[in-house]
Amino acid sequence: MTTTSDTYNFDPTAPADSRRSGGITGWASRYVDERTGISYVVREFGRKIFPDHWSFMLGEVALYSFVVILITGTFLTFFFQASMAEVTYDGSYGPLKGLEMSAAMQSTLHISFEIRGGLLIRQVHHWAALLFVASTMLHMLRIFFTGAFRKPRELNWVIGFVLWILAMAEGFTGYSLPDDLLSGNGLRIIAGMVEGIPFIGSWILWLLFGGEFPGTAIVGRLYTLHILLLPAAVLAFIALHLVFVVTHKHTQYAGPGRTNENVIGVPVLPVFAAKAGGFFFVVFGLLMLMGAFFTINPIWVYGPYDPSPVSAGTQPDWYIGFADGALRLMPGWLGGPGGVPMEFVLFNTTYSLNILIPIVVLGLFIVAVMLYPFLEAWVTGDKREHHIADRPRNMPSRTAIGAAGVAFYTVLFFGASSDLIATHFKVSIESMITILQFMLVLGPVLAFFVTKRICLALQKKDRQIVLHGTESGRIVRLPGGEYIEVHEPVDEYERWKLVAFNDYEPLMLRPNAAGRIPVTERARAAISRLFFEDRIEPVTSTELEVARHH
Amino acid sequence: MANDTNLPGHDGPSDSLVPVSTADPGTAVERSDALRNPGLPPHRLRVTDTDPKKAKTAERVIVALFYVSLVGSIFAMAAYFAFPIKPNDLGSVRLNNVFVGIGLSFALLAIGVAAIHWSKVLMDDHEGIDIRHPVKGDPKTQARAVEIFRQADRESGFNRRVLIRNGMIAAFAALPFPAIFLFRDLGPSAGTPAEAFSHTMWKAGTRLTKDPTGDPIRASDVTIGSVFHVIPEGLNDTEDVLEEKGKAAVLLMRLEPGDLHVSPEKRTWNYDGIVAYSKICTHVGCPVALYEQETHHLLCPCHQSQFDITREAAVIFGPAVRPLPQLPITVDSEGYLVARSDFHEPVGPSFWERRGDYNV
Ligand code: FES
Repeated sequence: MTTTSDTYNFDPTAPADSRRSGGITGWASRYVDERTGISYVVREFGRKIFPDHWSFMLGEVALYSFVVILITGTFLTFFFQASMAEVTYDGSYGPLKGLEMSAAMQSTLHISFEIRGGLLIRQVHHWAALLFVASTMLHMLRIFFTGAFRKPRELNWVIGFVLWILAMAEGFTGYSLPDDLLSGNGLRIIAGMVEGIPFIGSWILWLLFGGEFPGTAIVGRLYTLHILLLPAAVLAFIALHLVFVVTHKHTQYAGPGRTNENVIGVPVLPVFAAKAGGFFFVVFGLLMLMGAFFTINPIWVYGPYDPSPVSAGTQPDWYIGFADGALRLMPGWLGGPGGVPMEFVLFNTTYSLNILIPIVVLGLFIVAVMLYPFLEAWVTGDKREHHIADRPRNMPSRTAIGAAGVAFYTVLFFGASSDLIATHFKVSIESMITILQFMLVLGPVLAFFVTKRICLALQKKDRQIVLHGTESGRIVRLPGGEYIEVHEPVDEYERWKLVAFNDYEPLMLRPNAAGRIPVTERARAAISRLFFEDRIEPVTSTELEVARHH
Repeated sequence: MANDTNLPGHDGPSDSLVPVSTADPGTAVERSDALRNPGLPPHRLRVTDTDPKKAKTAERVIVALFYVSLVGSIFAMAAYFAFPIKPNDLGSVRLNNVFVGIGLSFALLAIGVAAIHWSKVLMDDHEGIDIRHPVKGDPKTQARAVEIFRQADRESGFNRRVLIRNGMIAAFAALPFPAIFLFRDLGPSAGTPAEAFSHTMWKAGTRLTKDPTGDPIRASDVTIGSVFHVIPEGLNDTEDVLEEKGKAAVLLMRLEPGDLHVSPEKRTWNYDGIVAYSKICTHVGCPVALYEQETHHLLCPCHQSQFDITREAAVIFGPAVRPLPQLPITVDSEGYLVARSDFHEPVGPSFWERRGDYNV
């Protein structure tokens, strides 16, 4: 293997023929380097090592789908008109002919029905947006469950978290642009929620929509956010995110030869570049196939926005589902009608708890997601850098907390489709909502305990394998007539994967210098106990020795 | 370079799971008898490394894939012309979509698969190793950074000339406020949102008309069990149709007068069992438009709030709290249904300025 510095000589005093080597490429790289110093960058990053694992590709999918969004989105801006001016439709789609609609809706129909390839690009854009949010979230789950957010990556977790929020904002603003019946209804719901905010709600709505809902300003304003402000923010945060990935170097899973102080994998040039670059084209190609074969958001079926028509069974884009589900699962009257109203008037102002509680609960959930790395760091008190990603089972409490969060999110998500689920399972809408309300509370608790038990059981199994080997399925008869199954020992490489993990013990409370135990330390000890009271320790060499002699 | 070698790179004390640094391990357990990292397993050769024939085949596959991509691009361009979009022909849109899409998909996928395959079977696959260093600057760098800040402070007098510093902070603190003020004109400058939300187009004598045609409705047209989607007369001629409709949309239905439980102050609000209720949900404002005739329940499709028409649209299920506002109606001299007045309270979702003394 060679590095660039081998073929490219810096020394200006070197003989001319050696400096002029390399033909046209050599000339071009010299030209650029002499004006930019780029060879320094190539030396530093050209052979940078990236570890390889399928789970590391989730973040890549997010990045690539965003690039696809930028490419297809730019095409769409050439045809889309972000205006709510009223026009009469006279395009190709018969059923809507003669209908009054906004220029936004009309131009979206024009893209879909008159521009060659327009529908394709529009659908690829939408599919890519859905994939962007989905892969962002899966990537977050991967980071969470493998503890890849630990020092020194806590801030990068927060940056990634911001990207998740931005991705949803991008999705929602884009979804609203065509000004069709569905997206108009979505905006109506947002407007209604905003209205319920204390003190400033009605004013925020007034300023956002330029007057009353729906007004004539919102599509233009969302468009500015959607194609200027939000993409700029996404790009800036992605850049920051990647700078940190480079600074920290990628995490790797425990394995033979892999330590906390090295990275083992493939170099950027050529293998990683080929793999990652190829993967971008695969993602783009698959999205293109989806756009070619699967209709998404057929606005012509819904028609232009009108505040009055019925729209039963309609769904928001999936990533907004959890918010809509929260609105649905919040009862208006605690204990049923006649119970405690969740909206009341006090001193001539209205408090809409039926709106506020879901907003606050969602807010707390999201903030908890953002702050988890800091909580865990505080509980363990571990100030070391961690570059070996955990197997989820080896940190049972964290995995259980993650599972509880996933359960909570999932119940809210299904809440948004409660009517469809109810019809599917032939139960009443009312009982479906009640079931989901119970599950929202019980589900996370259940998920926590079940997951923790499963993790501990898996850890025990790992210990068994390390100490006594794997069951070979071979039964032998001992001279004494007894039957046993032969256990095959694992080799040292496999064994290392099973024993290479951190474990923590619960915090022991000790009085500080003043002879007191502060409340914060008590709280920390309590959480630490919840985390680490049940724990399985990695097999030590002593234990292995003992097991061998049995 | 170090990463080009095939050394396990875990010599010294660094085969532990976390670096043996001075950082506090917290409640982590550190064992002296922990098992040791066995180091990188021996490198395994691929078939393409050992069998030149296999390597040759792989090479051919990769070349072929790149040409598949090229063909895909040409196919996409050909499809662009071969499957034009004909005016008023939706089938042509579909064909154009599918064939251009197939061409582009192949163009993209083939490049991707070729590159990945190339990297997997032909490119050198020896493990590379990079050595990590603590993220923080080394002590010398840290000390120098601190020194630079000190020096900057000395040279500027930032902490010594307190008046200058505080003046600067005050100036910066005030600066964002003009920017916030500039946003005021996002909304109309006349009126307040609360006023606007509190009134609709309905006035005494406004006829109830069908949505969307605007035909007036006679009381005699409204048979028992029927439902009408209603807008105020003249709505379609107003400037801001959608804003007005978003507040004024009404559902009209007729029940057996005996089925209606009417409170004393609303005795005159229905006409012979015909009642009109706001169609805008009191939860977050979707159109409440699913009417169950047998039970006289209205269902909001957005979050499943249900309202009982026999009990003045009281909430019987779901996240809404308040009943749908009722529009007082009567008939005019020609027998057409008209409003007696506007709604007596704001319609739609609640807002902070909403008072508690409507309807009294
Ligand atoms: S808007 Fe009607 S239930 Fe939410």
